[in-house]
Amino acid sequence: MVPHDDNDSPRPSIRFNNVGQVFTSSDGSVINALDGVSFDIHKHEFIAVIGPSGCGKSTLLRVIAGLVQPTSGQAQIYGLPVTEPREEIGIVFQQPTLLPWLNVVDNITFPMKHKYGRVTLEEKQRAQELLDTVGLRDFAHKRPSELSGGMQQRVGIARALLHDPDILLMDEPFSALDALTRDEMSFELLRIWTERPKTVLFITHSIPEALLLADRILVMSARPGRIREIIDVGLPRPRTLKTLSEPRFHEIANHIRGQVFSHAVLA
Amino acid sequence: MKSPTISAARSSAMRSSPESAGRVLLRLLDRGAPVLAALLLLLIWELGCRLLDVPVYLLPPPSAIVEGALAVSPSSWGGHIWATLRVSLLGYALAVIIGIPLAVALANSRLLSRTLYPMLVVVQSTPVVAVAPIIVVVLGAGDAPRIVITFLITFFPIVVSTVTGLMSTPPELLELSRSLGASRWREIRNIQLPFAVPHIFSALRISITLAIIGAVVAEFVAAENGLGFFIAFSTSFFKVPQAFAALAILVTISLILFRLVAMIQKWWFPWSLPKS
Repeated sequence: MVPHDDNDSPRPSIRFNNVGQVFTSSDGSVINALDGVSFDIHKHEFIAVIGPSGCGKSTLLRVIAGLVQPTSGQAQIYGLPVTEPREEIGIVFQQPTLLPWLNVVDNITFPMKHKYGRVTLEEKQRAQELLDTVGLRDFAHKRPSELSGGMQQRVGIARALLHDPDILLMDEPFSALDALTRDEMSFELLRIWTERPKTVLFITHSIPEALLLADRILVMSARPGRIREIIDVGLPRPRTLKTLSEPRFHEIANHIRGQVFSHAVLA
Repeated sequence: MKSPTISAARSSAMRSSPESAGRVLLRLLDRGAPVLAALLLLLIWELGCRLLDVPVYLLPPPSAIVEGALAVSPSSWGGHIWATLRVSLLGYALAVIIGIPLAVALANSRLLSRTLYPMLVVVQSTPVVAVAPIIVVVLGAGDAPRIVITFLITFFPIVVSTVTGLMSTPPELLELSRSLGASRWREIRNIQLPFAVPHIFSALRISITLAIIGAVVAEFVAAENGLGFFIAFSTSFFKVPQAFAALAILVTISLILFRLVAMIQKWWFPWSLPKS
């Protein structure tokens, strides 16, 4: 087989092949965090994962990030099994988790500094460009404590984009923000994703957020964490404020709500 | 801290009419209140001792303490101060040099924390004052036993606080570090240790005052020099004012060192200070 070909490769960017993850908690009980999850993500596709708390959403992300080895099955990136963290990946966490002793630019270049011990001039320039991209041009030399929560998370996104990863993993990145900032950040993310297309796996608790952003939505059930449904969003792009008032938007939103709630009640 | 509204009101009052003499006096009183209170206490102390005719060997008045201090030659004071300072700082330095790496080891190894931590607690639970004479017997004359005693007193808070600080690193950052494939050593140096800085410094501030205590305790047990020795020596000859003078010097040294540690944090790690 030919190694993956950039654009028209039929091979998916990410493949979950019957992935299962079992944890033994401290009291000895066994938790089925993930059970038989099989799913393909295509190149430059935006996937949102939604589900009740404890449905293994974060575990899914950590498996593909190479931070956790699945107890059964396999996760693949470009057809290769994920056994350790890979270069193609950038991660944005729920909290911005910036380093309080570094200014904004140094926070963005921190991964390079941390990994290789030094930052090249090119990387510094890229950090500056990314500051423009996330709209923080004038804040390069501020400390994180001088920024608002939304701005801090923008820095977190810029940091994840520094090495231009093909795949962006986002673990509820906007959930710590207030509702208004959250909407703003969603549109920001859409703009960035349009400018620099990436394969995105976006974990969220918010149905509107998932609908606004994603091409497809993975609805998960809890304990064991299984894929309940895969929804093709099919809302036209570019998505704007108008998208929020489209009938299809509400139709799918209600459908997902039904899915998540009926299951939550049963569980 | 003055609130902006008050200072604004003040400046507008100054512009509209010159302040009355009474107001100026009140403001000066307000500003100098802490110093005034201290002076007042000294005055009460002095007057109390004189009026009640308290014997000097029980409680000397401040004037007698100053007199006692002047009766000892500056070079003699210098020798005692240097001896105590040397032991305190060497014991403290030893505690930092051993305590912080040990904390890193404890925070990163479950096995080490399970095996070493109980031993540390046992050591900490042993009253150092009680062990001091034994240490002197074992280590003999010289600075060594005094440095070890100081080390034992200062070391535990540094280890415990540093471990707490290292553990306070956000887990996501450790995941970020692991996702980059960075070495464990880099993870500790670039992420964990800086995150522990606020905790480390709060321990360093406490420990510097403990270091003085450690040195003095050691000097009580066995020494021929140092402020602790000087206090024990003076009181045995009923030269209580001189003992008080030595005590005042100890307090001053403690305060200066405490401030110094706080300043180092402010100069080198300004980001680690809580925002006011």
